[in-house]
Amino acid sequence: MALTGVLRPGHAQVRVLDLEESVRFYRDVLGLVETGRDAEGRVYFKCWDERDHNSYVIRQADRAGLDFFGFKVLDKATLDKLDADLQAYGLATELIPAGEMLETGERVRFTLPSGHVMELYADKTCIGNGLTEVNPAPWGPQREHGIAPVRLDHALLYGPNVAEVQKIFTEVLGFYLVERVLTPDGDGNVAIWLSCSHKVHDIAFAEYPEPGKLHHCSFLMESWEQVLRAGDIMSMNLVPVDIGPTRHGVTRGCTIYAWDPSGNRFETFMGGYQPYPDYGPLTWTFDNFGQGLDYPQRKLHETFLTVVS
Amino acid sequence: MTHTVRIEDTGVSYACAPRESLLEGLNRLGLRGIPTGCHGGGCGVCKIEVLAGEFQTRAMSRDHVSDDDVAHHRLLACRVYPASDLSLKVIGKLQRKVCNPASVR
Repeated sequence: MALTGVLRPGHAQVRVLDLEESVRFYRDVLGLVETGRDAEGRVYFKCWDERDHNSYVIRQADRAGLDFFGFKVLDKATLDKLDADLQAYGLATELIPAGEMLETGERVRFTLPSGHVMELYADKTCIGNGLTEVNPAPWGPQREHGIAPVRLDHALLYGPNVAEVQKIFTEVLGFYLVERVLTPDGDGNVAIWLSCSHKVHDIAFAEYPEPGKLHHCSFLMESWEQVLRAGDIMSMNLVPVDIGPTRHGVTRGCTIYAWDPSGNRFETFMGGYQPYPDYGPLTWTFDNFGQGLDYPQRKLHETFLTVVS
Repeated sequence: MTHTVRIEDTGVSYACAPRESLLEGLNRLGLRGIPTGCHGGGCGVCKIEVLAGEFQTRAMSRDHVSDDDVAHHRLLACRVYPASDLSLKVIGKLQRKVCNPASVR
């Protein structure tokens, strides 16, 4: 098997200012599938074609933003090894017991030099995608409710010390650098796109003075047509749209950025290309950052750099 | 009925209905390139201080609005709804745009 180690983004826990307003948004507008609520009041969602119990969890809080972002790893042995590797690298890890999140096994938690809390876990209950495992239909009614993305695809996080974050992902967690935007002097990176798979990004970071900030969680759509449909549904529901529909130069992804009711940005995304670990990274100079963000308009939208939660 | 909101920084006034946020009304002024932020009380870009007038609010992030801010009516325009005529000054990242004559169309 070629895909081992860290498999994919598995879950994000996001803070919202009004829980029920946010549940209505994520369930009925974004079209996620609500899969449970726990004793703490957290609400669990998955995208329709995801098989594990949850991928996106919201929690009522007095501020917006990201609590943590978790990756699923291949198995328990991988989890134990990566835990030891992180500690050997010099990062403190914390074990969160199985069951602290619904239907989720033990998690290894650590904090990046960017201020973001990351998790690794090996087990989350498979509840399926609503289709049969034998002679399945290509899709079911859940795909038709709201925007209905396929999966939680990646996140872009803003914080300091991106160079150190890159070392942790590439030297300990087995990710590789897919694309980067250079600093104005060309000596470092202001933004990096990292993959643990065949995707253009599983996580991305941009240099920002405040630690632990969320730029966006991204949800995968199946086609450009579906991204445009997502834009229609956003407008029908008065969802504030930030940028798009357009295409990124970086990753070649087709995109809309918009905000949830608490000001957490999310993306409906499709496309890109399929990199391999032996590919060298693609590089954007700072003066071409505008094309990297919005290729047709060649515009470095100010909100992309300044609006985070 | 709508209320009149006066931006003390510039002397410009705009109409704002009670069901509209102060930011929505401000957007109608058509200031060019204005980074109005997330519209959900999360990012802090649209911070203002209400100097006079009655208003209602919805939840906004404590990362950007402290108890002291609330006590002094330093709030996020996207979460403030007028209940009378108001006057305000702009104090967030918005200020550079609102108060720059070049951004007025």
